Amino acid sequence: MKVQEWFKSFHLLDFPEEGESPVRYRLLRRNMMILMIVITIVPLLFMAIMNYHQYQSTLKDEIVNPLRVLVNKTKHSFELFLAQRLSTVSFIASAYPLEELADENALNRIFRVMRQEFGGFVDLGLIDDKGVQVSYVGPYDLKGKNYEEQSWFHEVRIRGTYISDVFMGYRKFPHIVMAVQRRTDGGSAWILRATIDTEKFNDLIASMQLDPSSDAFLLNKSGVFQTPSKRYGGVLDQFPLVLPPFSSEANVVEEKDPQGREVLIAYTYFLHSPYILAVVKPRGEVLKAWYTLKTELFFLFLFSVVVIFLVVLKLTDVMVRRMRESDEKREAAFREMEHTHKLSSIGRLAAGVAHEINNPLAIINEKAGLMTDLLEYSEDFPEKEKFKALAEVILQSINRCRSITHRLLGFARRMEVQIEVLDLNEVVKETFTFLEKEALYRNLDVRLQLADNLPRIASDRGQLQQVFLNLLNNSFAAVEDGGIITVTTYEKDMDTEAVSIQDNGCGMSEETIKHIFEPFFTTKKGTGTGLGLPITYGIIKKLGGDIEVQSKEGKGTTMTVYLPKKPRNGSGV
Amino acid sequence: MSKWKVLLVDDEVEFVTTLSERLNLRGVHAQTAFDGEEALRCLEEDPPQVVVLDMMMPGLGGLEVLQRIRKEYPQIPVILLTGHSSTRDGMEGMRLGAFDYLMKPLNIGELIEKIGKALESVGGK
Repeated sequence: MKVQEWFKSFHLLDFPEEGESPVRYRLLRRNMMILMIVITIVPLLFMAIMNYHQYQSTLKDEIVNPLRVLVNKTKHSFELFLAQRLSTVSFIASAYPLEELADENALNRIFRVMRQEFGGFVDLGLIDDKGVQVSYVGPYDLKGKNYEEQSWFHEVRIRGTYISDVFMGYRKFPHIVMAVQRRTDGGSAWILRATIDTEKFNDLIASMQLDPSSDAFLLNKSGVFQTPSKRYGGVLDQFPLVLPPFSSEANVVEEKDPQGREVLIAYTYFLHSPYILAVVKPRGEVLKAWYTLKTELFFLFLFSVVVIFLVVLKLTDVMVRRMRESDEKREAAFREMEHTHKLSSIGRLAAGVAHEINNPLAIINEKAGLMTDLLEYSEDFPEKEKFKALAEVILQSINRCRSITHRLLGFARRMEVQIEVLDLNEVVKETFTFLEKEALYRNLDVRLQLADNLPRIASDRGQLQQVFLNLLNNSFAAVEDGGIITVTTYEKDMDTEAVSIQDNGCGMSEETIKHIFEPFFTTKKGTGTGLGLPITYGIIKKLGGDIEVQSKEGKGTTMTVYLPKKPRNGSGV
Repeated sequence: MSKWKVLLVDDEVEFVTTLSERLNLRGVHAQTAFDGEEALRCLEEDPPQVVVLDMMMPGLGGLEVLQRIRKEYPQIPVILLTGHSSTRDGMEGMRLGAFDYLMKPLNIGELIEKIGKALESVGGK
C-alpha cells in the first residue's frame, strides 16, 4: 500500500500524454531512471547488507575459535603444571614421616631429588601447628619464622591444600607458595610448604607462540598480574581493564584498552587455582582478513552501483530517444498524411470547379470569338473599333481564366501518374511560375538556361512539376536573399535528358548528403517534414530516372535530375 | 481549298452552334449534333470528313461514340474536345483511335489547324 502511494506521489507510473514535449520526455526519462535504479539497487543493497553480516559472523568465528582453543590448551598446561607440583608436595608430605621431614638433613636430600625431578622448586619447609617453621631447606634462613598470623596459614588449616598468588616476599622475585597439611596419628597438624618460582609460567606463555602485537599473561582473581605483560604492566601490577566475567571455558570479549585500542580478550578462569589466563589481541589484527573482505565488498558494491547507474542512464537515454524519434516520425507521418489528404481534397475540389467553369468559359469564348468574327466581316459602323476592342478584352480575360483553370487542373492531376509526351523546358518554366512571386520578393536571381530544341520526352508532367518544385524549394531555402539559382536543361545522351538546379546557398556537409534521401531526415527543424527529397527521389526512380547531388558547405549545391526520354520497362505506366 | 465538312458534337448547345457559325464564317461547313445518338444519325445520313467530339456528354459518352465511329467509319478522323484538362482522358481517347484532342476553351485557329492536319492524315483535302 505504502509503496503504491509512494509511487503515486511521484507519478512514476504516469506517462503524461499531453503537455510540452520536452517536459514530457524529461518526466518519462526521470521516471524510468528512478524506477530502474530502485529496482536494481534496492535488492543489491539488501544483498550486500545480508552478505556483510553473514561474512562478519562467519569470519569472526573462524578467527576467534583458534584463539579460544589456544587459551584452553594453555590453561590445561598451567593446570597440569600446578597439579603436578601440588601432588609432588602432597606426595612428599604423605610418603615421609614427620620426624624425617623435621630433620633438615633428610629434608635437604628430599628437596634435592625434588628439584632434580621437577624443576621450579625454590625451597621447602615444615611448619608445625603453631605456625613455626620447624625445618627449612632453601636459599634463605627462614628457620624459626612464625607464620601464624598469615592468611595462607589459616587457609591451609581449613582446606588442607593451598596455592598462593604470585608474590615477591623477601625473596624479591615472583614466586608462588604451595602448602599441604597433614595430621600426625596423635591428631596434631603440620604443614609442608614449598615455594615455586614462576619462571616456568613464562615458559608456558612463551610456548603459545603469539604474534608480536598480541599479549598473554596470567592474572589472579583480583586482577593482579602474575606474569609480566608486554603492554599493561609487570608482575604484581594491577590489570588496567575491568576483569571479564567468570567463565571456566575459554571466552572472548571485546574491550578498549588504556591505549585506546580495540582489543579482543580471550580468557579463562582456572578451576582449582586462583588464576585467570588472558590473551589480548588488537581487534584490527585479528579481523584484518575481515576488514580486507569488507573493503572489497564495499568497493564491489560501489562499482556495481556505478555500473548500474551508467547502464540505466545510457539505456534510459537510448530508450527515451528512440521513443521520441518514433513519436516524431509518427507525427511527421501523420502531418504528411494530413497534408496529402488535404492536397488531394483540394485537388478534387479544384478539378471539379475548374471543369464546371471550363464549359461556360468555352461558351463565352465562342460567343466573343463569333463577335469578333462578325465584326471582322461586317461593314464599318460608328462604334466598330470600340466593339472590336471590347471583344478582344473579353477574349484576353477568357485566356486568363483558362490559364487559371488549367493550373488548378494541373495541380489536381499531380496526384496520379500519367505519362505524356512533354517538353522538359516547358515543365521547368511552368513550375517556376509557382515560385516567381517568392523569387521577386526575395530578390533572387533565377537563371533559366534552357537548351534549344530539346527533344520532347515521355514522362509525367505533374510528377515532374512536383520534383522541380521540391528541388527549387530547397534551393530557395538554401540561399540568402539575393542569391543565384541556375536551372539548366540539356541532352545528356541519346536516351537521357538532364535538368540541373544549382544554387550558391549554404550547401551541405558530407554527413548530411548521406542522409538527405532518408525519410524524416530534415535540417529545417520544426518546419520540414523530411519527406520532400525522399518523395522526389521516389518519383524520379518511378519515372526511370536518377538524381545526383553535389554540394560543398558554404559554396552551394547542385542537384541534377536525369530523365529517360522514354519510360523504361516497368516504370511509371 | 475545297469546303471541309465537319461534324461538331457537344451537349452544350450554345457552344456548338456558336462554334459552327464561326467555322462556317471561316469557310468550313460545320454540322452540329447535341448528343451521341444524333451524331451517329448524322454520320449515317451525311458522313462528314472530320468529327469534333466532346468527351463529356450525357447519354452516349464521347468515348463510346468515338469507338463506334472507329468501327463503322474508320476513315473519318476524330478530334476530341475535353473540358477537363486531364490528359489521362485525352490519352485514353488517343489510344482508342482519336486523331488528337483539344482542351476547352478552344482557340479557333488551333482547331482549324488540327482539322487540316486530320484531313491530311487521311489524304483528303
